[in-house]
Amino acid sequence: MRYHSPLTFEAASRVAAGASGVTRFLAGGTDVLVQLRAGSVTPDDLIDLKRIPGVGSITREGDGGWTIGAAVSGAALGATPGLVSDWPGVVEGMGLVGSTQVQGRATLAGNLCNGSPAADGVPGLVAAGATATVVGPEGRRRMAIADIPAGPGRTALQPGEVIAAIHLPARGAQGGDAYERFIPRTEMDIAVVGCAVNLRLDGDTIVEARVALGAVAPTVLLVEACAQAIVGTRLDEAALDALAGAARAAAKPISDKRGTAEFRTHVAGVLARRVAVTAYTRAKGSRAQGHRAKGAAQ
Amino acid sequence: MWVCTQGQWYIRQMCAGVLGLEASQLRVTPSEIGGGFGGKTTIFMEPLALALSRKAGGRPVKLVMSRSEVLRATGPTASASMDVTLGMKSDGTLTAARAEFRMQGGAFPGAPVDMALFCCFAPYHIPAIHHLGYDVLANRPKCAAYRAPGSPMGAFAVESLIDEMARELGLDPLAVRRTNAVREGMKASYGPTFARIGLEEVLDAVSAHPNLQVPLGPNQGRGIATGYWFNHGGETSVSMAIGEDGTVQVSVGTPDIGGSRASIGLMVAETLGIPYEDVRVNVVETGALGVNEPTHGSRATFASGKAAVVATGQAIREMCRRAAAAWDIDPEAVTWRDGAAHPAGENAGRFEPMTIAEIGASMGKTGGPISGHHEATPDGVGASFGTHVVDVEVDPETGRTTVLRYLVVQDAGRAIHPSYVEGQYQGGAAQGIGWALNEEYVYGEDGRLQNPIFLDYRVPVASDLPMIDTVIVEVPNPGHPYGVRGVGETGITPPLPAIANAIHAATGKRIRHLPITPAKIIKAISG
Repeated sequence: MRYHSPLTFEAASRVAAGASGVTRFLAGGTDVLVQLRAGSVTPDDLIDLKRIPGVGSITREGDGGWTIGAAVSGAALGATPGLVSDWPGVVEGMGLVGSTQVQGRATLAGNLCNGSPAADGVPGLVAAGATATVVGPEGRRRMAIADIPAGPGRTALQPGEVIAAIHLPARGAQGGDAYERFIPRTEMDIAVVGCAVNLRLDGDTIVEARVALGAVAPTVLLVEACAQAIVGTRLDEAALDALAGAARAAAKPISDKRGTAEFRTHVAGVLARRVAVTAYTRAKGSRAQGHRAKGAAQ
Repeated sequence: MWVCTQGQWYIRQMCAGVLGLEASQLRVTPSEIGGGFGGKTTIFMEPLALALSRKAGGRPVKLVMSRSEVLRATGPTASASMDVTLGMKSDGTLTAARAEFRMQGGAFPGAPVDMALFCCFAPYHIPAIHHLGYDVLANRPKCAAYRAPGSPMGAFAVESLIDEMARELGLDPLAVRRTNAVREGMKASYGPTFARIGLEEVLDAVSAHPNLQVPLGPNQGRGIATGYWFNHGGETSVSMAIGEDGTVQVSVGTPDIGGSRASIGLMVAETLGIPYEDVRVNVVETGALGVNEPTHGSRATFASGKAAVVATGQAIREMCRRAAAAWDIDPEAVTWRDGAAHPAGENAGRFEPMTIAEIGASMGKTGGPISGHHEATPDGVGASFGTHVVDVEVDPETGRTTVLRYLVVQDAGRAIHPSYVEGQYQGGAAQGIGWALNEEYVYGEDGRLQNPIFLDYRVPVASDLPMIDTVIVEVPNPGHPYGVRGVGETGITPPLPAIANAIHAATGKRIRHLPITPAKIIKAISG
C-alpha cells in the first residue's frame, strides 16, 4: 500500500487518476480505516487529504452560504453556532453518525462518498440543495449533492475525482430544515428510514419545500411529490396526510436485516410528517427570533 | 494454555479429549474475564491453538476469535416454541398446567428443554402438572449455555398466559401470583420439596414498591412477571493459607464473572474476624487445585464460598491449637474471635489474645504452614425467585418501545456484596430487555447469519435503558453458612414476559414472538 499526503486537491486527483489498483481517499477514516483494518478493502494507494490547506475549515461566504471542507468533522459542525442556526437539519443528520468518538473524525464528504443509502448526513444536504466542489483530471466542477450517490457503495464521481468541499446555500429568511431517522434503539445504529425536510414560508404558508428520504431506495430520494403536497399549505392535517402518502408512494425499500419493506414504507410516512412539523416550527421560529433558533443537533 | 473461560478444568478435559492428551499434561490458566453469560463453559477453537503449538515445536500460539466469528460460531441459546395450557379458577387459583416445549439447538442433543420445563411452573403451587419436551435436532448452528438456560423461554410462555388469564378474569396479575406462590415445604413443579424460599417475600416487596403507584399516561403499560432459577452446587475444591504477616490468600477454581472473589473474600474475612483488605482471593490454574466445575448455574459465590468458609474453619482450629500449645492449655480451651485466639474463659487461664499476625509470624517454628482445604459437591443449594415490573411506552405510529422504568425484586438469600448483587440484577434485566425487544439472529436465504456484528445484532446501549431499580430481598438460605443462594441467572428469567405483558397493556396487542420489534407491533396494531 502506498500512502500519499498531497498538499492540493489537484495533486490528490493526479495521484488517483494515475493509480491502477484500489484507491481510497482518506479524510476522517471512519469508514476507510475500519474497512482496512477488517481486511475488507486493502487500497494500493491511500491518499490522505488532511494536509491540504483549508480542508478542515468551515467558512461563511459573502452571500450567507457556507463552505465545509472535506475533512471537517461532525463535531466541528455542531460546534459552529452560525451553521447550526442556519442549517440545523444538516447538522443534526451528521450528528447522528456513530458515537462521540466517531463524531470527532467522521466527515460529511466521507458520509456522502461511502455511498450508503442509509447515510444520515446526506438527506439533509439533498433537502438543502447543497452542492459539492469536485476536483478531477478535467479540473474543478460543481455537482448537486443529489446527483452524487449512484447506488449502494457507489457514487457518480469519475476516476480521479475527489470532493474538495460541500456548499450550503444562504439560508435566507423564514426557512427551516430538519432531519430525523428511525432506529429501534436510541443511538449507535443505522437508519431504518431517514427523512429530511427543508422549507421556506411566506407568513404561515409554505412557498418552497424539498423533502429527501434515506434508506428506502438504492440512493437518497428527493421526492417532488412530497414537496408538492405541502407547498401552498400551512401544514394542516390534510397537507400532512398528503405528505405522508407521497412519502410512502415514493419509498421503494427492500426487506433486510434492519427492517421489512412494509415497515420502512409505513415509517417513511410517519417521519415525513414529524420532520415537516419540526422544519415548519423552525422556519416560524427563525422569523420570530431572527436567525437565533437553536439547532437540536448534537 | 491461557484462555478466557468460565471453567479451566472443562477446557483441560475437552482439549485433552480432542487431542488425546493425558489431563496432567495440560495446565490451563483462566485469564481475567469480561463476562461469562454461559458461552464460556465449553471449547471453541482452543484445541487448535494447542495442536498448532505442538506442530510448531512447542512455540507459543495465540488465537483470537473476531466478534463476527464469535457471533457465527460459538452458539446462541436454543430457539424455542411453546404451548401452555393452564387451568385457573375465577379467584385466580391455578388448578392444572400443561406445557409442551420444543427447543432446537443444532445437530446434537443439548437444547435446555428440560430446564425450561422445570423452571416454567416452579413459582406456583399447581396440583396437576404435565411436562412434555422435545429436543429438536436440525442443521443449524449449535447452541451454547446462555444465562439461566431455557428458563427465560419457559417464563415467556407461562407468565404471558398467566397475565392474559388474569386480565380476562379482571384480576390483578400480581395478586394472582401471590395466590399461587410456592413456599417452604411445598413440592416443586418438577419434583423436589422446597426448603426455605423467598417468593412470598419478593411479591410483598413488589407490592410495597413506589413504582407500582406511578400513574401511567397514554400508550403506556405496566407488565409484571416472575422467574426462577435453581442455582447450583457442583464439584468444588478450595484452598486457603495464612501468610507470614497474618494476611490470607484463598485459591478458588471458579472464574470471577460477577463479584465472586470479593464476596468470597468478605466471607473469609468475616469468619476470621479480620479486615476484608487482608484477604486476597485468587482464581487459580488447573495445576493448583482439584477439579472444579465452571462458574455456571450461579454457583461460584455459593459453592466456592461455602468451601472457603469450611477451609477457613480448619485454619482457625489449627491457629487455636498453636495458641493452646504456646499457652500450654487444652486446645478446646481456646476460642477464636476478632482475628485472634483467646482463652475460652477464666478457667482457661489469663493470656493476652494471640493475633493471626502473631500466629502467622511464628508458624514456621510452631509446626509449619497453616492452611485449610475443602472439596465437595455441596448440598444445601438455595433456589432464587425474582419478580420484575416494567413500564413501557409504545409509539403507536412507529411501534418503537421505550422502557420508562424497570424494577427488579429478587431473593438473594444473603447479599454478601450488595452492589455486586445489584449489578447482577441490573445486568440480567438489561440482557433480557435486549432479548425481548431487539436481539435476534437474522439468517439469509443461503442460511448465513446476516448480522454477526454489534451494529446489527442490537444489544441495548446505555441510553436505551432507564436506571434499573432493584430491591434485594434477603431470605437466607439455610444450606449456606452465610445464607447465600446465588443471584446471577434468575434476573434474566422475568424480562421477556414482563415486557410482553407491558406492551399488551400499552397497546392491547399480545405479541407471541420475540423479539417484539417495532415492525411486529405496527403489524399487530394495524392488523
